[in-house]
Amino acid sequence: MEKKKHIIEVKNLVKRYKKATVNAVNNVSFYVEEGAFFSLLGPNGAGKTTTISILTTLLSKTSGEMTMDGFDVEKEPEKVRSEIGVIFQNPSLDTNLTAEENIRFHANLYNLYAYRPSFKLMSPEYQKTVKKLSGILGLKKDIFKPVKNLSGGMKRKLEIIRSLMHQPKVLFLDEPTTGLDPVSRKNLWSYLKEIRRKTGTTIFLTTHYLEEAEGSDYVCIIDNGKVVAKGTPLELKKSGQSLEDAYVDIIMKGSQN
Amino acid sequence: MREINAVATIAFRDITKLFRDKTRMVASLIFPVIFIGVLGTSLETNLGANLGYNFLTFIFIGVLGQTLFQSTAAGIISLVEDRQNDFAQEMFIAPISRYSILIGKILGETLVSFVQIIGVLLFAFIIRIPLDIPSLIRLLPFILIVSMFGGAFGVFVMSFMNDQRAANQIFPFILFPQFFLAGVFNPIKDLPLPVLIASRISPMTYGVDLLRSIYYYGKPEYAKTVLFNPGVDIAVCLIAGLIFLFVGTYVFVKKERDR
Repeated sequence: MEKKKHIIEVKNLVKRYKKATVNAVNNVSFYVEEGAFFSLLGPNGAGKTTTISILTTLLSKTSGEMTMDGFDVEKEPEKVRSEIGVIFQNPSLDTNLTAEENIRFHANLYNLYAYRPSFKLMSPEYQKTVKKLSGILGLKKDIFKPVKNLSGGMKRKLEIIRSLMHQPKVLFLDEPTTGLDPVSRKNLWSYLKEIRRKTGTTIFLTTHYLEEAEGSDYVCIIDNGKVVAKGTPLELKKSGQSLEDAYVDIIMKGSQN
Repeated sequence: MREINAVATIAFRDITKLFRDKTRMVASLIFPVIFIGVLGTSLETNLGANLGYNFLTFIFIGVLGQTLFQSTAAGIISLVEDRQNDFAQEMFIAPISRYSILIGKILGETLVSFVQIIGVLLFAFIIRIPLDIPSLIRLLPFILIVSMFGGAFGVFVMSFMNDQRAANQIFPFILFPQFFLAGVFNPIKDLPLPVLIASRISPMTYGVDLLRSIYYYGKPEYAKTVLFNPGVDIAVCLIAGLIFLFVGTYVFVKKERDR
């Protein structure tokens, strides 16, 4: 097997929040190969979002080492930020703006196109990209509607379009399908797979829907801030088990000790 | 270029939002109408004769400075709101300097304050406040300084606020006394010592006085209406403004990351 580049490297990561008595993330190490679909799993409060926040430069670490595409996350945050796209647990959209205005805001912050006060005045390339992506994600007819009027599923799709505008090398998805109905979830995943196939983007996922992680290349399970298991889904499962069964076994075993 | 584009993007978001926020547009007119229309005219009628200068004009220039300063300062507080409803994250993961985010915000709210003073001006013309038009035009470059100074002050105050509730409750207490300390509608040439000290450390004082010193420059009322010469006011606005901006941004970013 060819050896792939590690796009994310995390070594002995520790995070203790101010005024906390225990570490939220306790000596966590893992790596993610370039182009892989990586899932970070664990119960509520295990430290998943904390880990993502540190990796995406939003939160400071207590100790440990982290690199993203060779850049030190702590020392070169702006280089790291230009390589990643993030879909947060809670939608981070401006509800006073339209869907397209949210995308435009993003594209301009990343300096992809020069700012213009309306869609029509933006560069033709921008207009083409927005039309193409909103077509792929089935948001074409709603793209000029205020975000206020969009459903939960449409908001998620909008966030995905937005995060793909700058063609990130790594796409972080922090519980992207929480609160979505089964059809929206299914659609979202087929789009994500399509995008991955076309662009080779590395996916870093956290989720409580274990069947979503079933197709991942590598899984890391954390509990109480510690890594309790890691491997390919096949390595973690006993014969005939689903990933969910294997996950429940691992977490239950941990809580008995 | 990257940073300039980001600053413009952030600034124009605030303008876009202003035109969709009808309540804010109306609210921004109510204050000046009360201050100039009610307070100003009643003070002018009862006290104006003894002052030796037109009191309404004095109050109008004061309200102009106060509106610019306050509107921008209060607008910055919306960053706390952005943080609360998670939109701030969208700005924080962008590959841009944190200063660009805050400067963009200040510029955006400065433009918003310009839109708001159009209302103040219209009202002044309607009730026929005696105004010297060339002197008003002379104010143009200086209203930018007053607005941005208010914005920097807003960044500084905002950086110490933890949530929107606290911001909404504390902010009026920080702004309201400054109306009087800055002499927006009360002459503050002679003050008892404790009030004098409070007045001189109140940032709005220098914003309001800057506009008056430019407007009254070369006029006979200058000595009675103005505290400092324009150079002093500009220097205070620029130096204190930069300190507010740097300290505020530093504290804001640090609080955001070091949790």
